[in-house]
Amino acid sequence: MSELNQFPRELEHEAIFIMREVAAQFERPALLFSGGKDSITLVHLARKAFYPARVPFPMLHIDTGHNFPETIEFRDQLAQETGLQLIVRHVQDSIDAGKATEETGKYASRNVLQTVTLLDAIEELKLDACIGGARRDEEKARAKERVFSVRDDFGQWDAKKQRPELFDMLNGRISVGENVRVFPISNWTELDVWNYIREEKLAIPSIYFSHKRPVIERDGMYWPHSAFLNTTDDETPFTGTVRFRTVGDMTCTAAVLSDASDIDTIISEIREATISERGARIDDKRSEAAMEKRKKEGYF
Amino acid sequence: MDIVRIATAGSVDDGKSTLIGRLLYDTRSVTKDKLEAVESSSRRRGLDFVDLSLLTDGLIAEREQGITIDVAHIYFATASRKYIIADTPGHIEYTRNMITGASNVETSIVLIDARNGVIEQTRRHLFISALLRIDTVFVCVNKMDLVGFDGSVFASIRSEVEALADKIGFAGALRFVPIVAKDGDNVVHRSTRMPWYDGAALLESLESLPVRRLDTSLPARFPVQYVIRPHSDEHHDYRGYAGRLLSGMIQAGQEVEVLPSGRKTTVRSIAFAGTRQDCALAGESVSLELDDDVDISRGDMIVASEVPARPLNAFAAMLAWMDEQPLAQGKTYILQHGVNRVKAKITVQSVLDIATMETRSEPSAFGLNAIGSVHVRTAKPVFADSYATVRRNGAFILIDAFTNNTVAVGIITEGAAA
Repeated sequence: MSELNQFPRELEHEAIFIMREVAAQFERPALLFSGGKDSITLVHLARKAFYPARVPFPMLHIDTGHNFPETIEFRDQLAQETGLQLIVRHVQDSIDAGKATEETGKYASRNVLQTVTLLDAIEELKLDACIGGARRDEEKARAKERVFSVRDDFGQWDAKKQRPELFDMLNGRISVGENVRVFPISNWTELDVWNYIREEKLAIPSIYFSHKRPVIERDGMYWPHSAFLNTTDDETPFTGTVRFRTVGDMTCTAAVLSDASDIDTIISEIREATISERGARIDDKRSEAAMEKRKKEGYF
Repeated sequence: MDIVRIATAGSVDDGKSTLIGRLLYDTRSVTKDKLEAVESSSRRRGLDFVDLSLLTDGLIAEREQGITIDVAHIYFATASRKYIIADTPGHIEYTRNMITGASNVETSIVLIDARNGVIEQTRRHLFISALLRIDTVFVCVNKMDLVGFDGSVFASIRSEVEALADKIGFAGALRFVPIVAKDGDNVVHRSTRMPWYDGAALLESLESLPVRRLDTSLPARFPVQYVIRPHSDEHHDYRGYAGRLLSGMIQAGQEVEVLPSGRKTTVRSIAFAGTRQDCALAGESVSLELDDDVDISRGDMIVASEVPARPLNAFAAMLAWMDEQPLAQGKTYILQHGVNRVKAKITVQSVLDIATMETRSEPSAFGLNAIGSVHVRTAKPVFADSYATVRRNGAFILIDAFTNNTVAVGIITEGAAA
């Protein structure tokens, strides 16, 4: 087994240190859970950090209503097995309350809308810290993110006003109304996460593995066909053997053609991939600075 | 797998982002979609080459102005190592970001434009490398093509930098590499255009660097971060002191001292996520159970009883200011040393002029990017070492109690016992 397939344990010690800093520095933290592999990794790290005590914060899931059913099933099972409290807030409620408006057209997705629901949940639950699974290797704007990222009253990120982070000292002091996004796996790459999942034998939703599902081909990518996807007349669904490399909504996550049915095969697939992980995220393709713009508005 | 953390620094047009882009490109760490995006951006900008700097300059303002504003973290791996690069901007106004990027690394890469030679920023980078006691500084003399691949230009920059490093007191190793980042000469692959250079390409040298283990021969320093108390039937009396061991090692059964109480006790067990281990090594996030019921809370420190850290409430430090609002002498700041926070007041002793390496004693303005020696007084003691002896226990940050900003970083140079 080559060294590339080994998980650098230093990253785990760093992440556990950060988890404990959150518990010590904040009164009402929550772990943002999406059902994806990164947030599953976070739950595992949190359990390790506080063992044998319970994780001292709940999981918060912003449910767009467009999730893969496999993700929701996995989420509920994980909550039950770990005993972590699960809080769910729904984008549909924000739409019904007139706070957010559904997008139209064939690219319509609720990806941008979930920021509204998230910010409302932060206010309602009086959260002062939200732990997220974002990694700096994912995207150029995320490469500039801090471990403790301070957001203002409106959840906004200001790249020019970020606090310097020196050595491993984390400054989580905030004023009333502000909150902090915390990223314990900032320094992990996609490959690190997969190697960790393999070495720790973590369960992940079935859609990460090869399966058959109806898809349509659009813009050179395979989109999962579902009731939520607006299709045009010339887009005919067919059954593809696919898997998902990243898990977002059914309307903004493209599948890759793959026969990989176990973690080892997934890892070799990623090592040879010519497309980046977020290359399958349709939400990132809206513009060169799509992520930076969403981050400024309070996105994850 | 080992992790090598590197900080890169250079002035605006030294080609630093291009160098990093080249490292990523030639180690095949760039995926096709990212490369295509950079190719099309380059075309839109009317360039006749692929501008690899676009791989890292991520913010809208950075791309508009063609500069790097903030510390970017970049990752790549070779067959044997994982590299984390903290790419820091070179402009004078963002020096604080350079210190930030350099605070966690053992290696830095400084870029020099072969046409311009040593400039003010080179001086600043070397000084910060010296201040933070970085082990190895690679000096990459870039754009050798624009000086006709002239070995004498390289040689004269080299001797100038060596003299400067002497003057500044940089004690680490200096390595010089002539490169053309744009074309890849001596970055990942050796160049054929500079036969007078018989050294290795940059990446080859990085691959052969000794990886610094967090030194287990240093005295043990274990700051208590969090107290784990399950309150469950199964673990009714469990009380685990959670933290990340900064230096040295701790063994089960070892006698330790708890600061500030000074109580001595024995380590009953060491656990990582429920798995017991015989010892904890520097860098590990573990939890300790102790034999005696000692009153311990966050910010206290468990240390090797034979070499305890000193409780300090007055000490000398080198301070680098990072906030728009200058230091106010006599004002109370929050000093964070590791996970411990105390109130502190600062008196400036002298300010360093990096351009001349001369110190001025009139402490009138100590503002953004100022570096100087200060005297620190704290309301309660911190359990610290000098940065030179135990690096990870010898630094602190200052927080403004009103704005909550991190306003300065300090390196403890010497202390007086409490």
